[in-house]
Amino acid sequence: MKYAYFPGCSLKGLGRAYEESLLPVMEKLGVELVELNDWNCCGATAYMSVDETKACILAARNLAIAEKTGSRDLVTPCSACYLVLNKTKHYLKDSPEIRGSVQRALEGAGLRYSGEMPVRHPLDILVHDVGLDVIREKVVRPLTGLKVAPYYGCQVVRPYATFDDAWNPTTMDRLLATLGAEVVPYPLKTKCCGGSLTGTLPDTGLRLTYILLKEAVRRGADVIATICPLCQFNLDAYHDQLTRQWGPVPIPTVYFTQLMGLAFGLPESQLGLRRNFVRMKPLPALPARA
Amino acid sequence: MHDANWEPRIVAFFCNWCTYTAADLAGVSRLKYAPNVRIVRLMCSGRVDPQFILAALAGGADGVLIGGCHIGDCHYVEGNLKTLRRFQMLKRMLAEFGIEDQRVRLEWISASEGDKVRSVINEMVEQLRPLGALALREQFKEWGREVADGQPVSVALGEAKQETEVAHV
Amino acid sequence: MKTNLTNGDIRIGFYICHCGHNIGGVVDCTAVAHEITGLPGVVVSRDYKYMCSDPGQELIRNDIREHALNRIVVASCSPLLHEHTFRNAVEAGGLNRYFFQMVNIREHDSWVHTDHAKATTKAVALARAAVLRVRFHRALETTRVAIHPDVLVVGGGISGIHAALTLANAGKKVYLVERDPSIGGHMAKFDKTFPTLDCAACILTPKMSAVRANKNIKLWTYSEVAKVDGYVGNYTVTVRRKPRYVNEELCIGCQECIEACVFKEGKYPDEFNVGLSKRKPIYIPFPQAVPQVVVIDPERCLQLKSGRCKKTCVEACADRQAIDFTQKEEMAEIKVGNIIVATGFKLFDAKRIPQYGYGLYPNVVTSIELERLVTSSGPTGGEIIMRDGRTPQSVAFVLCVGSRDFRTNRWCSRTCCMHSMKLAQLVREHTGADVTVFYLDIRAPGKGCEEFYDKSLKDGIQFVRGRVAEVTDWALTPEEEGKLVIRAEDTLAGVVRRIPVDMIVLAVGMEPQADSQAVRRLFNMSCGSEGWFLEKHPKLAPVSTFTDGVFIAGCCQGPKDIPDSIAQAGAAAAEAMALIDRGYIEQEPNTAYVVEEDCSGCKSCLPLCPYTAITLDGTTQKATINAALCKGCGTCVAACPSGSIRQHLFEDDEIFSEIEGVLTHA
Repeated sequence: MKYAYFPGCSLKGLGRAYEESLLPVMEKLGVELVELNDWNCCGATAYMSVDETKACILAARNLAIAEKTGSRDLVTPCSACYLVLNKTKHYLKDSPEIRGSVQRALEGAGLRYSGEMPVRHPLDILVHDVGLDVIREKVVRPLTGLKVAPYYGCQVVRPYATFDDAWNPTTMDRLLATLGAEVVPYPLKTKCCGGSLTGTLPDTGLRLTYILLKEAVRRGADVIATICPLCQFNLDAYHDQLTRQWGPVPIPTVYFTQLMGLAFGLPESQLGLRRNFVRMKPLPALPARA
Repeated sequence: MHDANWEPRIVAFFCNWCTYTAADLAGVSRLKYAPNVRIVRLMCSGRVDPQFILAALAGGADGVLIGGCHIGDCHYVEGNLKTLRRFQMLKRMLAEFGIEDQRVRLEWISASEGDKVRSVINEMVEQLRPLGALALREQFKEWGREVADGQPVSVALGEAKQETEVAHV
Repeated sequence: MKTNLTNGDIRIGFYICHCGHNIGGVVDCTAVAHEITGLPGVVVSRDYKYMCSDPGQELIRNDIREHALNRIVVASCSPLLHEHTFRNAVEAGGLNRYFFQMVNIREHDSWVHTDHAKATTKAVALARAAVLRVRFHRALETTRVAIHPDVLVVGGGISGIHAALTLANAGKKVYLVERDPSIGGHMAKFDKTFPTLDCAACILTPKMSAVRANKNIKLWTYSEVAKVDGYVGNYTVTVRRKPRYVNEELCIGCQECIEACVFKEGKYPDEFNVGLSKRKPIYIPFPQAVPQVVVIDPERCLQLKSGRCKKTCVEACADRQAIDFTQKEEMAEIKVGNIIVATGFKLFDAKRIPQYGYGLYPNVVTSIELERLVTSSGPTGGEIIMRDGRTPQSVAFVLCVGSRDFRTNRWCSRTCCMHSMKLAQLVREHTGADVTVFYLDIRAPGKGCEEFYDKSLKDGIQFVRGRVAEVTDWALTPEEEGKLVIRAEDTLAGVVRRIPVDMIVLAVGMEPQADSQAVRRLFNMSCGSEGWFLEKHPKLAPVSTFTDGVFIAGCCQGPKDIPDSIAQAGAAAAEAMALIDRGYIEQEPNTAYVVEEDCSGCKSCLPLCPYTAITLDGTTQKATINAALCKGCGTCVAACPSGSIRQHLFEDDEIFSEIEGVLTHA
């Protein structure tokens, strides 16, 4: 299986651990991710709210480059990129004005975009294309005894719930269970992590972050698994301030691909786990085999 | 033929049980659609003799619409299947006559799909506009005149074509 | 064109109806009448305010006499509405009723177009077509078909029961077919009924017993209609009778076999108690079941599954020998003249809205589950307890679950507001719990219903207006700890509320039965796009369908409460009786016929007829059509290569002239 791959800025920066774990896990499963040549900013949510047309042009350039590779699907792990690229597809379809501006801009750069290229999330690829059975076969170190709170964040299911339910997504739950982990019921699965409010309105943003962490601790989770670099950063980076304001909520937040890497027996040092502020404890000992 | 006020004319053959009732429903629901269609009621789309379609086209229609119950829902069990079969054969013949595909259309519209009556008719009218008038009636008259004048039909055809081109300029 | 092609001297009367402003507001009726005056054969052309009124019809009758008219054309509404009316008028005027053609310029013209000039042009075209067509009309005889006096009622809920009893009490023989082992339907599960709070069982069970006792009713439970053949007055229906492994004639309903079953306790979810209690493989659906006959679940019974059981049930039944493991599915064929379909509804599956937590949180229940809990004969003996055994201190109702929501079903289920208020009052009465009702709009239009709403308000039930966003067990404050939290926007106060409660009741809406499409095909009915069966006319023929002799009653036609269901059931029974007592139905003489001298005996037509009405005469080698079997679709007419098959009322000449008429330029 071969896919075009759009990493986005996060995976080269703050979310480097995501890429560090995603690529070896995909390789292990025989999935080839071919990084786009000369990709640019996805347009991002912030740009979208300032100038939609220009944000769409940025995103469409990536889509046009992806289409040129002849790949079937474009995979992007960052939820913000995933949303912006998908949103651009919808805007191009629904709005003749935006379509016109984007086409003119692309033509200026000698590019063309048909509007067809599917934009997909690695979670979707893993569960629906690769399949849980194939993943189960690769598990050499089951995560037995590890209690995980699955946290999806908002952008991957809203407003476009393409591969999972908008209210109660379950793909990651099933994936984690396949790895042998114990998935704790976590009703805040798709609640806001604080997003960029942690930077702009810290009081509001941090409260949202705190609610998520506290609930995961209250439910007895050892670790929160996430699929979005911004969520991971918000849940991991502000523990000092949170502790000062409301008390400690000591729980690490990792990428689901990092947990997959552990289950696949990949060396911890290669999975970017050391980049966490709140470090994940060593995996619980496996129960002795009978 | 190049009248600015030209409007496509569609003759529709609707079955009594589904599509005619759907057209009634469109009326009761006060949906608005293009006034270019003239509906002829038949008991079943299976009654649509291909000759009716040809007669309509020859008589001045720019398009013909046939409406029946959805497959499996025919009031007479399978009349619409026969329609479908005949329709496929007729389409091949019409293509050989040079009559465009979009001019003759078969649609399954159930009694509850008043809105589909509206959308299908509007869509068809819009598709017929760029095709222009079929004007077979005028064409027949012309050929009739040529024949009466004793000129070979093929020549007449060529001339007729030229004439329209001139008119176009 | 000279009219000698048609039948003699043609004298046409044309009438265009203004229908008040319905037509006259868009179509220039006077202009149309004027336009038609000039057509060959037209002797009279008039416009009139209301053609269907008595004076309108009188106009036609007078003109026929005064002007010796022999063809009538009326341009007004749809022939499906008033063709019958005008044919009667034509006949009253002394003409054959088929010397008439109707033009639909309301549903197909004035109601769907806004451009007056174009609508008028269209009306002229349609009217011209009818005037050309009517010249070819012939005098025809209406055929009469005898009506078989027996009636089939499908579905043994309150609607089916009422329809069956109404007919049986009038002396008609009724077959009542029910899919489940007992009749009673949804109503049998209810404790009390709104807005009077009278006991559901007290009003339903006497009717169920009356069904059992009535000699005119043949009750077939645990049975389904498998096939329907024939037409109005003469339906042949095949009923699949599922084996219940208990002989209905021999079982006296003592239920000793259930006691004796090798399963000491119930083990399988009890359908009647919507899974809130357990039953054994041998069971009776509920104590008041009709018939009082036990049934064995073949999926669960050890003997039927493995053939290895001590068969203690057979021992208990002793010499009555009612238990019969050898029973097989049987097909029974019956003949009836009319069919009443009362197949009901199914409840919305609350799991389809995951954010309400049904199936996730044990104390989120559906309205029907609460209904079983408050019923004294229910699994808890009428005690409202949660799944952990506690009595709730606070209960919230969520309305419009699966109703009035474009994500699930758009329609209003009509009964949930009242049903929830009833349950809310019962919860207050039984537990004293605080009750909050989350609603979008309270719909209480029935008799006594608004008063019931007032009473609910006075009883201290809290109403919060707003669609519930989610139900969660995530606590934000100490008071929310251990409770279910409802998050909803209070649209009257303009705030988002979090309300912690012990128990949440989802007022699930009504949906068409899962197999409504299959049932619709079985009886040749139409469905709306949602799946509810379509009535012939939403106002004038609410229980008729497009198939003569098939009527609908109750919730299979759309959500409704018990009084409305009963009213429909009575109406359907009356419609069936009207046909039975007249004894015959007049059929459109639109049958196909063969012009023998033109038939070459090619046999193309034979396989086309779904009713095998066409046969090849052995001696003449020509096709003949049995008019009694022909239903007038005209498929064979269109297919005949020599044009020797023709169809009354839809002759080729008639249709060709109609085509010519609509296309002639003004």
